[in-house]
Amino acid sequence: MNILEGRDLTKHFTAARGPRGRFGKRPPVRAVEDVSIALRAGAVTALVGESGCGKSTVARLLAQVYPPTSGEVLLRGEPVRAHRGAAFREYRRQVQLIFQDPFASLNPFHRVRYHLARPLRLHGHARTDAEEREQVAELLERVSLTPVEQFMDKMPHELSGGQRQRVAIARALAVRPVALIADEPVSMLDVSIRLGVLRLLEGLARENDLALLYITHDIASARYFAEDITVMYAGRLIESGPSEELTQSPRHPYTRLLLESAPDPDRVAAPEGRRHGEPPSLIDPPGGCRFHPRCPVALPVCSTEVPGRTELGEGHWTHCWQAEATLAR
Amino acid sequence: MNVLEIRDLGVDYLSGTGAVHAVSGVSLDLRRGEILGLAGESGSGKSTLANAVARLLRPPASITSGSVVYRRQDGSAVDVLGLGRNDLRAFRWKELAVVFQSAMNSLNPVITVGAQIDDVLRIHAPRMSRAERTERSVELLQRVGISADRRRSYPHELSGGMRQRAAIAIALALNPEIIIMDEPTTALDVVVQRDILAEIKALREEYGFAVVFITHDLSLLMEISDRIAIMYAGRVVETGTAKALHRTPRHPYTLGLLRSFPRLRGAREELLGIPGTPPDLRSPPPGCAFHPRCAMAFDACSRTLPVLTSEADGEVACLLNDGRGVS
Repeated sequence: MNILEGRDLTKHFTAARGPRGRFGKRPPVRAVEDVSIALRAGAVTALVGESGCGKSTVARLLAQVYPPTSGEVLLRGEPVRAHRGAAFREYRRQVQLIFQDPFASLNPFHRVRYHLARPLRLHGHARTDAEEREQVAELLERVSLTPVEQFMDKMPHELSGGQRQRVAIARALAVRPVALIADEPVSMLDVSIRLGVLRLLEGLARENDLALLYITHDIASARYFAEDITVMYAGRLIESGPSEELTQSPRHPYTRLLLESAPDPDRVAAPEGRRHGEPPSLIDPPGGCRFHPRCPVALPVCSTEVPGRTELGEGHWTHCWQAEATLAR
Repeated sequence: MNVLEIRDLGVDYLSGTGAVHAVSGVSLDLRRGEILGLAGESGSGKSTLANAVARLLRPPASITSGSVVYRRQDGSAVDVLGLGRNDLRAFRWKELAVVFQSAMNSLNPVITVGAQIDDVLRIHAPRMSRAERTERSVELLQRVGISADRRRSYPHELSGGMRQRAAIAIALALNPEIIIMDEPTTALDVVVQRDILAEIKALREEYGFAVVFITHDLSLLMEISDRIAIMYAGRVVETGTAKALHRTPRHPYTLGLLRSFPRLRGAREELLGIPGTPPDLRSPPPGCAFHPRCAMAFDACSRTLPVLTSEADGEVACLLNDGRGVS
């Protein structure tokens, strides 16, 4: 069952500064266009893409940080629009965010106990001091920050990056959410620490039937920790499928480029030394498929029309004219 | 033939709560024209080591021991740590250049890219005429894949990848023998990173400089480096050719790092990772600093400090198997 779903989400931002176009209006940044994504209970879904491709904007749209330009967000099948007030608070009780930088997301002046007790009190899960203490201890236990007595009274600066990220995760869990959106939760952590944090997130999703969106630029980690992977490029979805299928037999040329570019010591032959260019500007994105200027197998139609979704079976689909042509044959 | 010899180098950061031994007892050779990968987690001392070699350390950091010797092509040796102000200025850029992680911070935001290359040439090669300098700037930019008209662009007008290319172009300006690259691709996307790595390799073939490539991404190092040195808690724990390290890692830490990386191809092997967290360098654990996190540790590991021992194709500092490490 889909816990959290985004349907045809589009978000355009208006630049606050910069040159005005014709008629004195500033051109919008087309950050996200027609993105549909669904999170299932107890499953990890990965959203993969390069920086600036709009993956964090999708996260914030799903979390109702700001409203979409068009499209809708559905929680348990019900459309929601809750950007402020009590409705927003109620929504935040169900959907929580975890951010990339655990050094910025914790208040340096407050102890771990405070960070965890506050959501418990605000959302009415703990009413007495005894309840609060018990629940804070339980939360720390769940994120394996033991012995809990020792961690409860620590300040953020006394913790390592991995431990801080665990506190941030515990804080998100405090309100007992049904969906968790983790935006690059391990990119700031050391390699030897990442694994533990990802394992923790995966375990929490499974045990508590949480729907987890794992946003990352690292497609290799998505292969290991997510059931499904969706790949984004320049504000649009380009391919999605079960993670093993998608990483082992990618269909979109961009997914292939992403996989080829990832460092891999097991690689037999070095990839060709051709220059690949860079992602386009989202103020004036290329027409048709946004990848066509960099695509090695572009067709004439790619520069004029946006490719529709081509179903490849078993939940694997892509937006690519080449895949469409192959299928038609 | 070594171009740089680091012997028993130690660097401390002095702080109110005691000295932090960021680098201790590091000995390392850089051979002419090789790419030496320096890997380690944050706080392992890899950047401090690089900054010490480039003489970029400022208080509270201080070099407590050791020597760094630079050998010119003609065989003459330079004591890098003993260079005075003027000699140091001549040494930097001409003999040794540095490329930093964030090109946005290493380029001057209010001066065009072309002018910044011109600056380096003007100061360090005063005999060049203005026309020659312009010609050289254009040549350098084109060499790293930036079109000549971009010479008049300011850093903010360039993308992250282009800025990093521009920083590399400046480093190349005076044909240095050594380029230290401190996480040059960490802030970039994988596709752009791939292009820059290919560029570095091609430039190395052409100009023959040696590179110290610093990153925490071991899988990336395995692809680009000739040799790799692994640092942990301020010490070098293993060195070896990229191939040897990949096939037969000898230090349990290297093994742990290799088992922490998710693979893109082949079977989904189980990832083991490394338990625990890196040590506090104010009071590192006695003996081998890695022993509290090591699954293979035995009694002696908490008492005896292992020293780097030469092996067939590298060195390892581990007490296992009489100092030969994991076999």
